[in-house]
Amino acid sequence: MAGSPDTLTQAEPVNNTAATAAAIEQSLMQQELKPASGPAPLTGSHASAAATTGVIVIDGVSKVFTHPDGSLVTAIDNVSLTVKAGEFVSLIGPSGCGKSTLLRLIAGLETATSGTLELDQTTINGPDADRGLVFQNPYLFPWLNIQNNVAFGLRARRVYRWQKESVARYLELVGLGKFGRAYPHHLSGGMAQRASLARALINQPRVLLLDEPLGALDAFTRMNMQDEILRIREDKAITMVMVTHDVDEAIYLSDRVVVMTPHPGRVETILTVPFARPRARNNPGFFQLRSQILEILNFAGHITEPPYQI
Amino acid sequence: MTTLTEATVKNDLSPNSDLQVGSAARSVATSVTKTAAKGPQAKEHSSGCGGASGSAQIVQSLWGALVRKLFIDHLALWSAFLALGADVFFTSSGRHPPVDRPYFRYFLYVTIAIFIIWPLIVKNKPASLEKFRQKDKFYAAAFLFLNVLNLVTGKFTLLPPLFFPTPDRILSILVEDFTYLIFDCLAGSAKLLLTGFSCGALAGLITGIAIGFSKPSAYWLNPMIKILGPIPPTAWIPIVLVAFPTTWTGAVFLIALSVWFPTSVMTSSGILNVQNAYFEVSSTLGAKRLYQIFLVGIPAAMPLIFTGLFSGACSSFLTLMTAEMVGVKNGIGWYINWQREMLAYANVYAGLIIIALSFYSLITLFFKIRDRVLVWQKGMIKW
Ligand SMILES: Nc1ncnc2c1ncn2[C@@H]1O[C@H](COP(=O)(O)OP(=O)(O)OP(=O)(O)O)[C@@H](O)[C@H]1O
Ligand SMILES: [Mg+2]
Repeated sequence: MAGSPDTLTQAEPVNNTAATAAAIEQSLMQQELKPASGPAPLTGSHASAAATTGVIVIDGVSKVFTHPDGSLVTAIDNVSLTVKAGEFVSLIGPSGCGKSTLLRLIAGLETATSGTLELDQTTINGPDADRGLVFQNPYLFPWLNIQNNVAFGLRARRVYRWQKESVARYLELVGLGKFGRAYPHHLSGGMAQRASLARALINQPRVLLLDEPLGALDAFTRMNMQDEILRIREDKAITMVMVTHDVDEAIYLSDRVVVMTPHPGRVETILTVPFARPRARNNPGFFQLRSQILEILNFAGHITEPPYQI
Repeated sequence: MTTLTEATVKNDLSPNSDLQVGSAARSVATSVTKTAAKGPQAKEHSSGCGGASGSAQIVQSLWGALVRKLFIDHLALWSAFLALGADVFFTSSGRHPPVDRPYFRYFLYVTIAIFIIWPLIVKNKPASLEKFRQKDKFYAAAFLFLNVLNLVTGKFTLLPPLFFPTPDRILSILVEDFTYLIFDCLAGSAKLLLTGFSCGALAGLITGIAIGFSKPSAYWLNPMIKILGPIPPTAWIPIVLVAFPTTWTGAVFLIALSVWFPTSVMTSSGILNVQNAYFEVSSTLGAKRLYQIFLVGIPAAMPLIFTGLFSGACSSFLTLMTAEMVGVKNGIGWYINWQREMLAYANVYAGLIIIALSFYSLITLFFKIRDRVLVWQKGMIKW
């Protein structure tokens, strides 16, 4: 899938109901997402590259689940969103607002009740190796050792050339070079999650979908993993969509933060994070964005004084 | 030094002497602390107990160590010697048919030799040595049992000689009929069992996989399994005897049936219980249906598949024996039945011993294979 320049121009944000927040400056981000000058990066090239593929267009998508008792639940209702090539988008919102459902729709694990989803102008119908998915639980195959877990995607697609080398390189990328022969139950939670990241990345997906990938990790492992994800993104220029419950994490990692509300699940606001990368974790500008998000989610109720003053 | 004191404590039966030793030790200890500021007190205490009670303690601890080293650590060997002694000392009652050679005594010679030589062979392998030591008590009990058996049959004949032959007789049959027992009977049984087991296991795996992965197969096969499965395979004998061209093929069918049921039930439930997330992950990694079946569903279901195969194996042993006693004119089960009809009970026991040993080996082999395949399971892995 070689991306053409039109892919990118076509991929301007589809403004949805809550486009007001998009008024925040976008210039920095635009600058960062210039189309790649050369061809798509070679396999595992360690040169930083800008993405030309991995544009997700979600257009008026609703998903209605039928519960066992026959009642209908609208998990997400008329959601439209466009994720640009190489963009990092976070989905944030209270439990049950349909974040996972939206991610699973992009992955192709669910089919939309109405509306369409496209990846690089191709309709998404069913899961495929071009969209990698990482869950909160790593779900490493316990009967395979780590290197075979990582090699799974290549074998499933019958890619045998350079298999060993790729596996070694991706294990190295996530810092598990020495653990190829260990079995999943030998790894700590953070290591297992990194292994599952490597397993998703080895297919060189155009899109990486992350459903609370760091939710089960302790604070320090979490911060390390965040930086690791950013490094990989820098390296591979992959579009990433991440579900998180952690507002700080969303701001630190994302180009845009999609705030969702439940019953039915809707996109409330899309906020652009205007800070250049690499970002400092203690960037004072984060605080304002943070309180903005919390206000939207009605968690900022008891702040009486102005939130941010110098 | 520490073993000596331990032995003393264990072998010291009178609380009085304990008190004495204790007080003596305390006085010695205090004198030591007076002279040397902080010396190795414990050492001084056990070796330097002066006076009469001290030397008595040394004798006692030496004796304890001796008993431990010579006797308690080698119970099996002593038990075998005891059996040998009893066999030599008591004369036979003469109410049993005589045997050509004293096979029981030969057997004891061989075991005694093994129990002396084996620890020397594995001297440098602590794991094997420990394993051997650990089973010592069990072997001791086994030899004691054989000893008692020898006494109540051959020596004193407390049990009816017709049904309870001497160990000598049983061993003589095992030795003299060895080729017939192994190469005719056991080989015949093995052929029947392996054919039936492979057919049944294969059919069970196919049925289980079909039920696990395809809704229509589940719809048609589940009721069949529920109705046909619980029928004991041997209940089919009357039908099998007329429906199959030979009793041998009929027996293969019965054995296959007894393996098929547990294997298919366990395989299907193993596959149906695989967390859906594994299939989802594999599909986002680009795995298509067939690949998912064989490289996700089946490996994940392996632990339960092995449980099914194991219970299938157990019930196939039962079916094998029944089939051989009812119709098949060959095999170890048939041999036992034939000898029973001739009231040759020594031969019956010999046959039973062969069955026990071969089924034991099969089960051991089975567990070895399982441990190898399921090496990924938590706690099972050893390295
Ligand atoms: N397979 C399903 N069957 C029925 N209802 C479902 C199913 N999956 C999700 N839902 C419903 O859809 C709604 C949204 O679920 P979803 O898992 O997407 O929420 P979420 O935002 O990811 O929540 P959380 O933050 O707790 O993970 C919920 O009300 C849930 O009950
Ligand atoms: Mg969720």
